Amino acid sequence: MRISVYDPQRCIGCGSCMFACARRAGDGGLSNTAIAVRSSGGISKGFSVIVCRACTDPPCSKVCPTNALIPRKGGGVILNPTKCIGCENCREACPIGAVFWNEEINKPVICVQCGYCVEFCPHGVLKMEDSGVAAHVG
Amino acid sequence: MLDDNRLSKVLYIDLTKKSYWVRDRIDLFSKYIGGTGVGIKLLQEECPKETDPLGKDNPIIFAVGPLTGLFPLASKTVAMFKSPHTGNLGESHSGGRSAIAIKMAGYGAIVIKGKSDIPVYLAIHGDHVYFRDASALWGMKSCFTVGRIIRENEPGAGLRTIMRIGKAGENLVSYASVTTETFRHFGRLGLGAVFGSKKLKGIIISGKRSIKVQDKKTYKELYSEIYKAAVDSPLMKKYHDLGTPENILKLNEMGGLPTRNLQKGHFEFAENISGENFAEHYLGRRLACFHCPVGCIHLAALREPYEDEPYFYKTSMISYDYEPIFALATMLGISEPEGFLKLMDSVEKYCIDAMSTGVVLAWATEAQEKGIITEKETNGLNLKWGDYKTYIQALSFIVEQPNTFYKALSKGVEHASSIYGGKEFAMAFGGNEMPGYHTGPGAHLGFLTGARHSHLDSAGYSIDEKILPKTSLSAEELGRRLLEEERWRQILSSLVICFFARGIYSPQITTNALKIAGFSFSEEDLKETGKVIHAEKYRFKEQEGFSLKNIRIPQRIFQTPSAVGNIEKAYIERALNYINSEISSAI
Repeated sequence: MRISVYDPQRCIGCGSCMFACARRAGDGGLSNTAIAVRSSGGISKGFSVIVCRACTDPPCSKVCPTNALIPRKGGGVILNPTKCIGCENCREACPIGAVFWNEEINKPVICVQCGYCVEFCPHGVLKMEDSGVAAHVG
Repeated sequence: MLDDNRLSKVLYIDLTKKSYWVRDRIDLFSKYIGGTGVGIKLLQEECPKETDPLGKDNPIIFAVGPLTGLFPLASKTVAMFKSPHTGNLGESHSGGRSAIAIKMAGYGAIVIKGKSDIPVYLAIHGDHVYFRDASALWGMKSCFTVGRIIRENEPGAGLRTIMRIGKAGENLVSYASVTTETFRHFGRLGLGAVFGSKKLKGIIISGKRSIKVQDKKTYKELYSEIYKAAVDSPLMKKYHDLGTPENILKLNEMGGLPTRNLQKGHFEFAENISGENFAEHYLGRRLACFHCPVGCIHLAALREPYEDEPYFYKTSMISYDYEPIFALATMLGISEPEGFLKLMDSVEKYCIDAMSTGVVLAWATEAQEKGIITEKETNGLNLKWGDYKTYIQALSFIVEQPNTFYKALSKGVEHASSIYGGKEFAMAFGGNEMPGYHTGPGAHLGFLTGARHSHLDSAGYSIDEKILPKTSLSAEELGRRLLEEERWRQILSSLVICFFARGIYSPQITTNALKIAGFSFSEEDLKETGKVIHAEKYRFKEQEGFSLKNIRIPQRIFQTPSAVGNIEKAYIERALNYINSEISSAI
């Protein structure tokens, strides 16, 4: 399963998904979030939602010099933080900007496709779907 | 308090010296929580007696709270300053993205002092503060453009707030507002003019932090409980569906909707400008403040043809809410929804308080009708109920101040009526123009006695609507209830919880949430702290010369029947006496 940005036009910009993602580990704030909501050039134009689309051949993994990002079965990657040296290659390689950065520990924040954010989306912007279906990137 | 949540860090910025520093104020946060509680203490420290509100010594204080960034709906920022509009306590609350941005940048409060020699905007990115030259932004016609330029110049997309002023603030209109995120405002009491007096065009704040919690399991459970209550409760549904304009028809039916400068409590064209009509024909988008799942912000899409070219249109997104509709439509007798939206759009471009603007224009219309002022004063305008095009012109004159009459109007109805007369229909309380409730004695007593002279201080309209139609209350009992409500609301606004969520954040839930944030307050402690904070505000008000003993009551409220019938002057005076003596003994 993976997270799909099903309909970004329904997004009201509340950021509940971002806080949910960070809260998976039991903390508040936003350092550790792997999803972003930002206005599409001013909030009157609505929002873009950016989250890992679980590529089957992930570019982030290909540029990791220490093999810290291992392709995951069903798409996306798994981060081994003990191997990661914080070089930011993965961040630059992701064309949709879905490799987020935790400045406090200087390591990427990688979506694990757990779907906790989906539970906290009040308006059906996000959905879980089977891997392999073309994702709608908002 | 949590070890690393940085709540107690206060960022001090000196605009004169273009310098900044950070101080740990755990002394204030541990006792006064945050938001309005910490805000009033910082104001007392930074704003000595008789400070000129438009002088360099007037501080601008922003404060957020311990639950901000931890729990949903703790998403307001409290601004404290000395008001250039009333010459007294200035306090205004805004949502948008401001509260989360301040907390995520690593601060519980920001204090801005001094005055810049050139126009600047501040860029606060985490630990760094940059003073950016804003000379090229000064004098711009539209506040929307200012926002766009700052947005494009600065990093932090999705994690930032952009506060800015428009021409009203630059020209020191005493009820100029500060806009955040295009459609939210520090609307009331003239913070925009304080920005303008300091040559401060705007502030962008961004950051991204974590807030480490000890009891992670309880945190997640309590969060889910509050979130679920917010998205499922009928009260929140009301704010989400039609939004605050749902009140238009409700108040109109009761006879509590101030119309044409409160000559009536009923507007015959209320249907046209109702929440229902806007939702059906104009609603283009709904938005939320950051970290609030409710999404009460409603934007109308207004499509207008250009007259000089066929098939050429512009579509503007214009925010609407109950209070602006009251002030800029019913108070001015405007029955066309598009007329209201166009006037509202001008208000947004100038960054001026919609509520004061409407009430000021309503007073001027009646004054011209009665012959107190003529076209000589109005610069050739003939102000007429419903004529929105003339109101848009009058608004531009209030901002530009081409003569002494508009200079007077730019300082509000209390000031203008003290020069030109017409005090009995100058609808201001404590110097602040009235909100949209003529529901009964509770509402007006709240405007008179609330520390901000706002309907949100003690929500007297709620007592008028829910209790007075069934049960009569003694003046003292009404006063007691208002005071009790205002004191509890000090806690909510110290936690910067949106008042729309007051039903969700019960004393029990609030206590539990505070425990997660590392504060051990019992329900009793909270109530006592609310009383203390309220008294501190009144201490400041009295220091600056405010007294409930000589407050002016506009006669009109006794002449126009309210939703619960005629309001008795003697009853209001008895309640005022009671509240005055209670507050005096608390101070």
